[in-house]
Amino acid sequence: MTTTNSTSPRPNSRRGDAQERGGLLVEGVTLTLGDGDATITALDDVHLNVAPGEFVAIVGPSGSGKSSLLAVAGALTTPDAGRVLLDGVDISRANGREKARHRREKIGFVFQSGNLIPALTTLDQLRFALDVAGKRADDGYDPRELLDRVGMGHRAGHRPHQLSGGERQRVGIARALVTRPAVLLVDEPTAALDRARSDDIVTLLAHETHEANVATIMVTHDHDVLHHCDRILSMVDGRLSE
Amino acid sequence: MFLAWRELVFARARFGLMGGVVALIATLVVVLSGLSSGLVNDGVSGLQRLPVTAFAFAEGTKTDSAFSRSTVNVDQAKAWKSRADVGDATPFGNMLVNAKAVTADGVQVPIDLALFGVEPGSFLAPAVSAGAGLGAPDGIVVSQTVLEHGLAIGDTVVIDRLGTRLKVVGTTGDQRTFGHVDVAYLPLRSWQQVHAGAGPGDEVRDGAYAEATAIALRARDGNRIDLPGGDAAAGTTSMTLKESFGASPGYSAETATLTLIQVFLYAISALVVGTFFTVWTIQRKHELAVIRAMGSSTGYLMRDTMIQAAVILTVSTAVGFLIGVGGGTLLTTTPMPFALEVPPLVLAALLLIGLGLAGAAAAVGRIVRVDPLAALGGQR
Ligand SMILES: Nc1ncnc2c1ncn2[C@@H]1O[C@H](COP(=O)(O)OP(=O)(O)OP(=O)(O)O)[C@@H](O)[C@H]1O
Ligand SMILES: [Mg+2]
Repeated sequence: MTTTNSTSPRPNSRRGDAQERGGLLVEGVTLTLGDGDATITALDDVHLNVAPGEFVAIVGPSGSGKSSLLAVAGALTTPDAGRVLLDGVDISRANGREKARHRREKIGFVFQSGNLIPALTTLDQLRFALDVAGKRADDGYDPRELLDRVGMGHRAGHRPHQLSGGERQRVGIARALVTRPAVLLVDEPTAALDRARSDDIVTLLAHETHEANVATIMVTHDHDVLHHCDRILSMVDGRLSE
Repeated sequence: MFLAWRELVFARARFGLMGGVVALIATLVVVLSGLSSGLVNDGVSGLQRLPVTAFAFAEGTKTDSAFSRSTVNVDQAKAWKSRADVGDATPFGNMLVNAKAVTADGVQVPIDLALFGVEPGSFLAPAVSAGAGLGAPDGIVVSQTVLEHGLAIGDTVVIDRLGTRLKVVGTTGDQRTFGHVDVAYLPLRSWQQVHAGAGPGDEVRDGAYAEATAIALRARDGNRIDLPGGDAAAGTTSMTLKESFGASPGYSAETATLTLIQVFLYAISALVVGTFFTVWTIQRKHELAVIRAMGSSTGYLMRDTMIQAAVILTVSTAVGFLIGVGGGTLLTTTPMPFALEVPPLVLAALLLIGLGLAGAAAAVGRIVRVDPLAALGGQR
């Protein structure tokens, strides 16, 4: 056991220099779901190492455990065995309160359909993420600059219902990145998009992964977009392989 | 705070609907509060304004009929007066009569009066704001409300059946009513004659001049009198001034009914707010899961919802009170017993807001149960 400093409040508080970051390390993680006789091994001794600036895709049949892996890596679910290190910090044994803190300090989620807050304008989606994370604008990215970067600067005042699916997903990506997370977890970002739009979004994800030097895992069923990724892993029955 | 305000603006129609309900309830609460205060004034203001700590009634008198049934001997005042904690004790007569007022231009107006018989010069004798005080055997000092009915100082009141003629010599200048009937003070001796049923020229029966309804007691200092001890010594049954309000006709039933309605309104308001925020939280379940996945603490989300509840409750209570007070001010000019008093209104506003917040707090407990994991995967 090397790194068990999960209780110290802010291990890498000087996170300005992207080179110092640790990325994501998953070691021997096992997760069983359900109870009684109906238990399912959703993750079976999974090992995974994603470096900062690396864009990893995970493919696999439905029910193979892809979302479960994101949940464990994203401090949403506690694994039964194994360790998860985010940016050098072991989060696998954290309690609910600590997990929430790890999520807001280290993780950005991009969800299937954007999952934007209906009441907020595009710009406010990003400001809200900073507010939730308790970050001042100079800790994270400048929301306006980031919106320009993802090509949504001209939609800053629009609400989600006024945006197309692809635009929502761009805002979702900007919202996940605005807090400068160490790890970006993306769950089927193109499920609701046509082919051209899907390619745009994954291109953006690849670009931002390198630009923001973030360790990105993307779960997808969309094989047309895999050529943008640095590495492709496949998941079958809870087991991960190259 | 970031989200709370923006959501209030975004979902203003929904919040406005709930706020409207709360505002209507607040209006109703103001009206009922005014009615309560008005009825209390109408029922017992005559007693409230007496400088009395307690009344000693005839032994064994029940509260609900104390003023109509009790008869004491004026000498019992002496027994009370000799007690160390009693500053003063004086006989008090109370009876309701039907009468006719004869105005200056000879018009006869029926009027009901609560006759308060007091010794002129005793501590019960009323201060007058206009006219003369108590003294002349046929001189009465009346509540301001009598003058509002069209009588003037100098007019005559004739008691039905007896034919006793009384003259309005002065007014207290404020509302003094008892059991919704205007109070007229008169000298105890005249009261005893009327009480004994003796009209002008009639023989007054033996013992009538020793009778009164109760002995009015005033504490020596503070507000404390050893009532059981005094009762034992004087052979009376006493109750504090406040307890004696229950003897005003209809008083207990009226106040209990209005209190009950108000309690229901507070409960309804709290339930409306609680239900709204429960539905609101359930509707936002997916959104809340997303925000929790983003790493927000439950405290952050609960605080946001409580801020929304506080804003809505404060604004709608204020609006409801403005409407209620505006409408109520019109009512105070009618004969309806209605009085807007600040302390009960402040209490009502605090109750509405406080109970509404409690209702919202019960609802936001659901936020704890929202699983951030629900944000992953499918849309709903
Ligand atoms: N809460 C749960 N309780 C019990 N079993 C669960 C639970 N959630 C998921 N599972 C099971 O765990 C396994 C892995 O589920 P997971 O959602 O990770 O699959 P997935 O690869 O993301 O599938 P899809 O491609 O359909 O999204 C599945 O067999 C699923 O039925
Ligand atoms: Mg899935």
